[in-house]
Amino acid sequence: MAELIIISTLNGVLFGLLLFLMASGLTLIFSMMGVLNFAHASFYMMGAFIGFQIAKWAGFWPALILAPLVVGLAGAAVERFGLRTVHAHGHVAELLFTFGLAFVIEEVIQIIWGKSPVDFRVPRALDFPAFTIFSTNYPAYKLFMLAVSISIFVALFWLLKRTRVGMIVQASLTHPKMVAHLGHNVPLVFMSVFGVGSALAGIAGVIAGPALVTQASMAALLGPILFVVVVVGGLGSLQGALIASLLIGLLQTFAVSVNLSLADIFAGSGFTPAPKTILEDLWRVTIAQVAPILPYLLLMIILIFKPTGLFGTRES
Amino acid sequence: MTAPALELIGLKKNFGPAEIIRGVDLAIPRAERHAIIGPNGAGKSTLFNLISGLIPLSAGEIRLNGEAVSGKPPFEINRRGLSRSFQVTNIFPAMSVFENVRCAVLWAKGERYAFWRSVGGNRAVTERTEEVLSAINLQSRRDVQAGVLTYAEQRALEIGITMAGGANVILLDEPTAGMSKAETERAVELIRRISEGRTLLIVEHDMSVVFGLADRISVLVYGEIIATGPPAEIRASRQVRDAYLGEEVP
Amino acid sequence: MSETASVLPGMKVAASRGGWLIWTLLAAAFALAPLLFRSGTSLTMMSLMGIAIIFALSYNMLLGQTGMLSFGHAVYFGLGAYFTVHAMNAVIEARLPVPVAAMPLVGGAAGLGFALLFGWVSTKRSGTAFAMISLGLAELVGSSSLILRSFFGGEEGVSTNRTKLLRLFDWNFGAQVQVYYLIAAWCLLCIALMYALTRTPFGRMCNAVRDNPERAQFVGYDPHRVRYIAFVLSGFFAGIAGGLTAINFELANAALFGASQSGNVLLATFIGGVGHFFGPILGAILVTFLQNMLSDVTEVWQLYFGLMFIATVMYAPGGISGLIMMHRPVWRAGALSRLMPGYGMMVVPVALAAAGAILVIEMATQIGVHGAQGTTMKLLGIGFDARSVPPWLVAGAMLGVGGLLARLVGRRIAAAWDDVRAMSLTHGGVA
Repeated sequence: MAELIIISTLNGVLFGLLLFLMASGLTLIFSMMGVLNFAHASFYMMGAFIGFQIAKWAGFWPALILAPLVVGLAGAAVERFGLRTVHAHGHVAELLFTFGLAFVIEEVIQIIWGKSPVDFRVPRALDFPAFTIFSTNYPAYKLFMLAVSISIFVALFWLLKRTRVGMIVQASLTHPKMVAHLGHNVPLVFMSVFGVGSALAGIAGVIAGPALVTQASMAALLGPILFVVVVVGGLGSLQGALIASLLIGLLQTFAVSVNLSLADIFAGSGFTPAPKTILEDLWRVTIAQVAPILPYLLLMIILIFKPTGLFGTRES
Repeated sequence: MTAPALELIGLKKNFGPAEIIRGVDLAIPRAERHAIIGPNGAGKSTLFNLISGLIPLSAGEIRLNGEAVSGKPPFEINRRGLSRSFQVTNIFPAMSVFENVRCAVLWAKGERYAFWRSVGGNRAVTERTEEVLSAINLQSRRDVQAGVLTYAEQRALEIGITMAGGANVILLDEPTAGMSKAETERAVELIRRISEGRTLLIVEHDMSVVFGLADRISVLVYGEIIATGPPAEIRASRQVRDAYLGEEVP
Repeated sequence: MSETASVLPGMKVAASRGGWLIWTLLAAAFALAPLLFRSGTSLTMMSLMGIAIIFALSYNMLLGQTGMLSFGHAVYFGLGAYFTVHAMNAVIEARLPVPVAAMPLVGGAAGLGFALLFGWVSTKRSGTAFAMISLGLAELVGSSSLILRSFFGGEEGVSTNRTKLLRLFDWNFGAQVQVYYLIAAWCLLCIALMYALTRTPFGRMCNAVRDNPERAQFVGYDPHRVRYIAFVLSGFFAGIAGGLTAINFELANAALFGASQSGNVLLATFIGGVGHFFGPILGAILVTFLQNMLSDVTEVWQLYFGLMFIATVMYAPGGISGLIMMHRPVWRAGALSRLMPGYGMMVVPVALAAAGAILVIEMATQIGVHGAQGTTMKLLGIGFDARSVPPWLVAGAMLGVGGLLARLVGRRIAAAWDDVRAMSLTHGGVA
């Protein structure tokens, strides 16, 4: 039991931080530009695939640096040549643009790398068990992911608290109109924010690629959870995004490891629902099987009791 | 004695530590035209936002025709007979001028959320819409998209939407802001006509408009009313001069 | 259905303005289409178009009319299909005297019921938050369907047999043409109802809430309530479309409420244009047609769709209907001929650039997807090797020259538009 709790907590925090790497970029972009980037998870996917390609040519470590840069540049280009044109038509048009973009990125990745998963391996230097708890070997690569996530988190925090740009960004989180007072640099700031946000997603992609499965559907799988994170945390709130990321990370990881169903819990009661009914389905489903829908259930519960999300103040 | 049309009792509003409205008491009898003046940042717009239900009160009570309305959402307050205009034009930009006005008539004429009958079928709605259109002098622009009207036309439409429902308490937030002298005169004439027999609460910077229109004036300074009275009294008040009017008084 | 009778005044307004002609033409088009396009494939495609029209119009009740962007509209479509299939099986089992033609109502009721439930939560928010919540709800329902296997039938779904229900006029709906007419009748009815809905007090307030929810509150309306009602009604029509799908395929499966279904209806509606009532109809017809045609011609048809969608968002946010209606005042002023030369010239660079883009995409696909089997390919009967340099140079040149020419011609068109506008100002012909 203790083993399960420790391992699940580690994995949960890891997944949570990975989510936050993406959610933070998404939140920054949303706060400054008012755009919820539907293609954000697609940039994460790009990070994984470009990382895989560079790792194949030059090894993992160059990939870790170069892939996020490429993704960041791609993000900046998307802002410069796409979003900027759409901006005049309002936020719905911007959201639709990024929606179309997500569609196109997935297709292009399928064309280049195919539909089946690519073989993105953990670098040899990190391919060993870091420690053993009870009987479980905890891989060193996961610790490395944890370290990278935390260092990015710290760096981001430092940037926001200690630099001039950070101050402006922070001010814009609470006072969206502040952005207008940035002067003539607004387009440049927008492009940079979009680029940096995309690069953050790219980093998440490179480090998650070897641990999870690098395939063309990874954006579609993670995207909705990412949006749950930002809505549950409260749109535009970094603090909320962090809490919600960890909450959902832990929730899912723990749920996956619990193989209990109502039938197991009430095994002694002698109750058996009629076969082939919805009740029987619910009776026999294990918590692990329910895990994928838990984030969405959480979303509904939060919205019923606090429509603006945990730390949200903005209406839309 | 009938209750005042609008009564504010110990109204307070703070944003965090900043107290913007610091205890406002005011009773406006029926059919009075009442102006609120005061320097920028005195809290005039905040006061309007409180009365109309746009933002919640921190303390105090608001009574509309004797009924407490504090804490109610804007649409509930509107249904009880209070309507307001906005300082920054606040219309339905993608709809035609005619539809803008008609939307403001629908609830008052009992249409509610009806999705089973034609909007053109209710003659009372159409007639009232036409009446308002002619009052604000926009009949010839009826089919134009509201978003492409000129500024002065949009301001007139703003007033039209505000008055269309036939509310008996009307709040106008700087209705003549940004208008030329001629446009202002026309707007004042319009306001005078539509507020006939109704209670009007108006925030305005143009002192000639204020002193020409209002039965009584309240002076709001730093979230408090420092004086209330007929125009002559306000003009003569030493305290008001010191606090605000200075040399501007005509 | 109580709506049918009471919307008649709304219809009368349309009729009095010469609308009868349009409705009659529309009905005639529906009735005569199978005589013109007799093949089995065209009948199948036209059936799908009818369903897509209802679905897209129901979607536009949200996006175009009320300003709500949903990424999960297929939920109500899919649930409508499932409930219809189960209801059909129940009717067959109990030998109830219910004809197939009435079954889409079950789908409508299901869509309405679930919209009542989910709408209450999601319509509390508007804008971006609403969009994200709709996405979350779609995932919730999609994942739940894998758990509740007894109802959703797991991977293979639930099937039924439409010929076993009560027969009316000796129609057993075994032949596709009979199903087509069933869909066409429902489609016509739904178009009329949804059109009438836009002309009710509620329909106008939907537009008001879309334009300015804050101001709507100050004319006595609760925007949450308006959005909620719009959501529920939209769920009803989406459910009918789902019910018709169930009858058409005699099957309901989880793909019906998948993300791609929700995405497709958004694409179709937006490409058709959200600003005019008929926009989604055009979009549904076009997108269904292309889906069926393109998927035969190229395997990366979804990419072309995505690019078409992005181009619409960037350069023609009013969609096809927006482009058409933009020319109405010009046409009325008799000035359309001034724009024509520019448009005619535009065909060349657009075709050139499009051909270049297609060449690039198809060559990339050949290398990426089929690289292992060799990279020689054929396009328009011309064979070449995708890994050789010349075709890439040709494609690049076509893209470059096409883009450059498009820019030049674009300036000419803009100038022509300025002329038309200036002319109309002096004649007062164009608003």
